[in-house]
Amino acid sequence: MSRRAKITRRKFIGIAMAAAAAGPLASCSRLVSPWRVLTAEEAQTLGAMCERLIPADQDSGAAWAGVVIFIDRQLAGTYKKLRKSYRQGLAGTDQTSQRHFGRSFAELNARQQEEILTMLEKGRAQGDAWKQLSSGEFFDLVLAHTMQGFYGDPRHGGNREGVSWKMVGLPYPPIRGRLHYDLSRPERS
Amino acid sequence: MALKPVNAVVVGAGAGGGIVAKELAEAGLSVVLLERGKWYTAFDCRKDDLRNQRTSVLGCAFGPDDEHFRRVVVDEKGNERIVVPSDGAYSNNAACVGGGTFSYGAMAWRYMEQDFHLRSTYGAVEGSTLDDWPLRYDDLEPYYEKAEWELGVSGDDSANVFRAPRKKPLPMPPLAPSREHVLLEAAAKRLGLHPFHIPMLRNTVPYNGRGACMRCRWCVGFACEVNAKNGTQNTVIPKALATGNCELRTECIAKEILTNPQGRVTGVAYFDENGTLRDQSADLVVVSGSATETPRLLLNSRSPMFPNGLGNRYDLVGRNLQGHAYAGAYGLMEGEVYDDLGPGATIAICDYNHGNPGLVGGGMLCNEFIRLPIHFAGLRAPGIPRWGAGHKEFMRKFFKRTLAVHGPVQEMPVFDSRVQVDPRVKDDWGIPVVRLSGSTHPHTLEVARFVASRAEAWLKEAGATKTWLKLPGKGVSGGQHQAGTCRMGDDPKSSVVNRYCQVHDVDNLYVVDGSVHVNNGGFNPVLTIMAIAYHASDHLVKSCKGVHGRA
Repeated sequence: MSRRAKITRRKFIGIAMAAAAAGPLASCSRLVSPWRVLTAEEAQTLGAMCERLIPADQDSGAAWAGVVIFIDRQLAGTYKKLRKSYRQGLAGTDQTSQRHFGRSFAELNARQQEEILTMLEKGRAQGDAWKQLSSGEFFDLVLAHTMQGFYGDPRHGGNREGVSWKMVGLPYPPIRGRLHYDLSRPERS
Repeated sequence: MALKPVNAVVVGAGAGGGIVAKELAEAGLSVVLLERGKWYTAFDCRKDDLRNQRTSVLGCAFGPDDEHFRRVVVDEKGNERIVVPSDGAYSNNAACVGGGTFSYGAMAWRYMEQDFHLRSTYGAVEGSTLDDWPLRYDDLEPYYEKAEWELGVSGDDSANVFRAPRKKPLPMPPLAPSREHVLLEAAAKRLGLHPFHIPMLRNTVPYNGRGACMRCRWCVGFACEVNAKNGTQNTVIPKALATGNCELRTECIAKEILTNPQGRVTGVAYFDENGTLRDQSADLVVVSGSATETPRLLLNSRSPMFPNGLGNRYDLVGRNLQGHAYAGAYGLMEGEVYDDLGPGATIAICDYNHGNPGLVGGGMLCNEFIRLPIHFAGLRAPGIPRWGAGHKEFMRKFFKRTLAVHGPVQEMPVFDSRVQVDPRVKDDWGIPVVRLSGSTHPHTLEVARFVASRAEAWLKEAGATKTWLKLPGKGVSGGQHQAGTCRMGDDPKSSVVNRYCQVHDVDNLYVVDGSVHVNNGGFNPVLTIMAIAYHASDHLVKSCKGVHGRA
């Protein structure tokens, strides 16, 4: 037992050293905030948008579920091509909010936020910020990613503690297979 | 760089290629099986609902990847754009050993007798290249049976009065019915329909040395964690390798098929896993790359004798691209119907495959594979907002109270729905990529509307209080059921291959995959691809032993 443990520990140290050596070379990221891509202001605006798309009620909403963590993480990888769209769109959302209510999106009340989001959804938001990317396109992007972050697998940063799965009545952690259940009777509860 | 010559190179280790490789290797021929993807195992099963072959928003779990592959898609207005595999418009099929069969839902349908002679049954359809197959159902029956028993199919279609005659029952029983199954079965019977258990390439009892389905909810699009789904990667390909006559080379990208001045095929040029260009000489070449990649390879194989690509003397390669026009309905129920028992799809009817008044063909209808929450969030129930409190309330209330019935409506082939090679865009190996263009035939949409209305009626009878339809779009079809682009036929002027999948004007070149389908049935096509592969292999083995004499 002790011999086995020793080998394991030595192996572990070896792996840890290799990782320590390879780490900084492999990815030269210098993080100064919890976000990988977004600025603190962008994360705040995006968080407020996501929370309005899937608001907290008796179940947690998008903000608690970590949807912004999900989006930020994807923008560092799979969705890196969409960084510019996010930068433009989030700036545009705040600009539109300022124009209509004199405040940034995150500072608006729920009703005002819904009003702005509806404006974006219908592609009606005007201004410089929306010249390259229409507000409707940006809205669709955020909506799709919010759904992914809220209902998708927790391993990607969203759906914290499987909150959406529990909400719809699915067990979390998931039951991998149900063959062990009694399937002999058609009527089960 | 030249490699040791072999009897046969098979390009693509999917449903068709895996079977041909095994049949040839067992007959004593030396075979090289080239596959562009990797060989995954249950280790690679992550049950990731955002990264699989059904939902690929974070990438296709089993390839191809977005970094190295791309296609050009032309819409109905003529606008073109470059798409990557995770984009639905790419019409992707998995790139790995087993091809689509590694992560499919595994429905194992035999086409019906009428499906092989649609043109004679219904007559011509304006604007469609609808035709008969050169094969009849009876020609394929023994090969369907071989696929069912060699790979392993479960289910029970004895209550399907419309099925084509079968000599042997399926080797495995169906799964125990889910709550949804029980409800839909009773409703179908009340309507005078003929419901039955879907045949599936899935172990329901131990078979071929592997265990039974554990009934999880991550089925179609995912690798099977317990290896109970039967694809070519866990059945015929290991058998091919066990003969000692077959070498599987993964992560190899076929560039072109090589020919000699006599107009015969001499081998395949491909890039190996290190990107080195290799020439593999062979007595014969079998292309099994799917209905998009197969025509691409043929069209990219140009030479003075074949200036427009192989098999393309009459400009037919890549034409008649079709998939299925999925049509169906959703219904909201009073009580819970969801019981989390995978795989979900279990019950089907073939009442609307043929004989629909005023319509050509139709499609099978069945319940859906389990909808994961991410799928459900994308449903567009009428009157339900896309976001906000209303959306969330709908999710919470109806996730377990929804039924869905849909089916693959047989498409009317369209000559101008096609695969070409793009004149400008190339992949990372410098090979011109697939260019997709065309549209769905208007009659297909008409049939789809009818079939969807029948699905809706079934749901209403099952107790749905609110229903809505799911209808296909007008764009070019393809996807995982892609077919038709190297049509089989007796006449070299209207088809690319003969009934044995042999290219008409190149006697040692074969196409064995969904490309050869004249039409695609009102069913998932994989078992038919397998049956055709066995049928073609039989011919190949006989002719090789007679003609080539090496074996």
